[in-house]
Amino acid sequence: MANPLTGYLIVAALVFAIGLAGALTRRNAIMVLIGIELMLNAANLNLIAFWRYGRHPEVLTGMMFAIFSIAVAAAEAAVGLGLVISIYRHAKTTDLEQMNRMKG
Amino acid sequence: MQEAMAFTPQLDASSIAQWLWLIPAVPIVSSGIIALLKQPRRKMASGLAIGSLGFSLIVAIAAFAHVLSGWSHGFAVREVVNFSWIQVGAQSVELGWVLDPLSAVMMVMVCFVGLLIFIYSTGYMEHDENYTRFFCFLALFAGAMLGVVISNSILLLFMCWELVGLTSYLLIGFWYQKPAAAAAAKKAFVTTRVGDIFFLLGIVWLFAQTGTLLFYDHGAGSLESLALGGLLVHQSHWGLTAAGAIGLLIFAGAAGKSGQLPLHVWLPDAMEGPTPVSALIHAATMVAAGVYLIARVYSLMSAGAVAHGGAAGTTTALMVVTWVGAATALFAALVAVAQNDIKRILAYSTVSQLGYMMAGLGVGGVAVGMFHLITHAFFKALLFMGAGSVIHGAHEEQDIRKMGGMKPAMPWTFATYAVGMLALCGVPIFFSGFWSKDAILESAHQWPVAQAPYYMLIFGAVLTAFYMTRQLSYVFFGAYRGHGQAHESPRVMTGPLVILAFFAMALGVIGTPAWPWFRSFLENHAAEVEMHAFAESAWLMLLLTSCVIVAVGIGLAWWLYGDKSPRAEEPDALEKAIPPVWTVFANRIYVDELYGVTVIAFYYWWAKVADWIDRNIWGGIVAGITLLFKVWAQVNRFLDTNMVDGGFDKGCEELYNGGGILARIQNGRGQIYLRLLAVAVVVLAAILIWSGRP
Repeated sequence: MANPLTGYLIVAALVFAIGLAGALTRRNAIMVLIGIELMLNAANLNLIAFWRYGRHPEVLTGMMFAIFSIAVAAAEAAVGLGLVISIYRHAKTTDLEQMNRMKG
Repeated sequence: MQEAMAFTPQLDASSIAQWLWLIPAVPIVSSGIIALLKQPRRKMASGLAIGSLGFSLIVAIAAFAHVLSGWSHGFAVREVVNFSWIQVGAQSVELGWVLDPLSAVMMVMVCFVGLLIFIYSTGYMEHDENYTRFFCFLALFAGAMLGVVISNSILLLFMCWELVGLTSYLLIGFWYQKPAAAAAAKKAFVTTRVGDIFFLLGIVWLFAQTGTLLFYDHGAGSLESLALGGLLVHQSHWGLTAAGAIGLLIFAGAAGKSGQLPLHVWLPDAMEGPTPVSALIHAATMVAAGVYLIARVYSLMSAGAVAHGGAAGTTTALMVVTWVGAATALFAALVAVAQNDIKRILAYSTVSQLGYMMAGLGVGGVAVGMFHLITHAFFKALLFMGAGSVIHGAHEEQDIRKMGGMKPAMPWTFATYAVGMLALCGVPIFFSGFWSKDAILESAHQWPVAQAPYYMLIFGAVLTAFYMTRQLSYVFFGAYRGHGQAHESPRVMTGPLVILAFFAMALGVIGTPAWPWFRSFLENHAAEVEMHAFAESAWLMLLLTSCVIVAVGIGLAWWLYGDKSPRAEEPDALEKAIPPVWTVFANRIYVDELYGVTVIAFYYWWAKVADWIDRNIWGGIVAGITLLFKVWAQVNRFLDTNMVDGGFDKGCEELYNGGGILARIQNGRGQIYLRLLAVAVVVLAAILIWSGRP
């Protein structure tokens, strides 16, 4: 391989696709959250890869970005789980097929 | 007497003249208050009306006393108070009132007779449910009539004149539930309006010629020598001066109000109103307003007499007045002979006597006409109120054939009625009617233009004595032919009768040839007692003539009717004697019928023509325009339903369907939304990639 970046990007794309598929197809809300985490991490992988093989690997911009993103992802996961628990208490289920109250 | 020393004119308004406006104002205001009262407040309504007129009487007597004292000190009292009503540029419409002997005499008469009739009405109308309305109208009438009397502006006079006409209409139609009363009210209103149109034309012409509406204005009024001179210079058509033409127009108004030929038709019908109204309005005061008006503008009517050595009463205007008056006097007396309704006889008698007054004004001047007006007001009011008492006593019966023999039942009414009847007939010496009628006959005899009016008036006087005797014997003598039991009227009704009867006898004193106080007072020279006037052969001849007139009239009637008691269905004694003549008189000489086939027929025809024009021409045009708009509206409707509506409906349907498709996506499931998002992103990415962007 001439450029190692391509390998990283392909891995990241694969992880993103797996996460997206999980988020879109799973009925269980927990599994959807896990899918979302996968997509986020795929994005983080991209950030790191673009930084590492970019023009200025000496400044820590990609690293900083990834750490921020992970922090935000942690907060987001906490809020997501909180929502899921709250919905479960309310509806006694985590099945997303039955969560259709958003329709007008 | 004419050459008595001239009186000093006195023109400054005294305090009593300043307050003269109270005389009409107080009754009008009280009428307004009565109008606001509720129906059951009867005592208060009549009290207010009587009180206000009593107040006016007091003020009028004070004003009269003031004029009298001025007169006795040698002043020709003519006090005017003028004010500007509307200012238009340099012109102003001026109103005002005047206190002079003429208005003073008239206002005392109106207030006094009016007050007695008001009191009488409280008895006559006692059982009427609209008692308060009646007194409201009566008070309004009294105020308006007094306004006519005192006004110094021909415009103010005309306004009050019309108000008087309005109250006359309201009071004739007081019992408007009766169709006859409603019709009579309308007839009176319309007929007098015919005269008033001419009157208004006269007013406008007078204003155009003289530039003032005031009668007297310290030398600038329309009846003062400066304006009269201007009016005489101006020649109108047919050789009349402007003064004469204006005088004739004003006389047309007076003829309408005073029931002169040919506008007399409303007055007999006006008897549909309550009897006190007939007495007050259609005998004593309102109908005399026309005579008063002529007396007021007499200097206009008599201006520029040149024929016959400048004697009074020889101007064209006064000649017309005389002829119309004499013709009316004779005509109405003829008709009165053949009437059977007690009030209708008196009504025609009133028309006839108004003719005498007009003729008196024409041949003899203000004093002659006004003297008869004053005496007539008293005895005719007396006769009408007596007739009301008779009607009351005979249980609302008005047909004299169904009365009779009421003398023992109604002694007071009979006695006073007889006095009124003798005064009207002109029985010599003891009754006022004799003196005033004699003055007219004397003047007519000396009229230089023609003798025919004199003979017409003489014949009228014979007829007057005849029909009054006929009426009296029908009503009071013979046997009672009515229903129920005749009874005397209450004291409140007979009281005024007695007072009026006193005046019907006593008033003659002020106008005898030996002491012509009334004439002197009106013409502003001193009155002297000249007993030798009684000895003059001319006067003795006249006295003899009067005696013959009265004797013939009363004797003939007594011989025909006397103490008999004909049954109601039996033909009249005169009808048996001369049936064709009787029929003509009984049908009022067909004047109403004549108007029916001429004026009214013309109006019917004209109304039909107008109706035809309306329907076919104006209606056609309107229908054509309507059709045009209808067609246009149809086109619009077609466009609307098929194009505008169609397009709109189609659009709505598409939107609705589109909405339905989109609504299916909105199923509330987050994952579906996310899937759509993902597909969209993929599609976007594919587009970006395939579009060749880097």
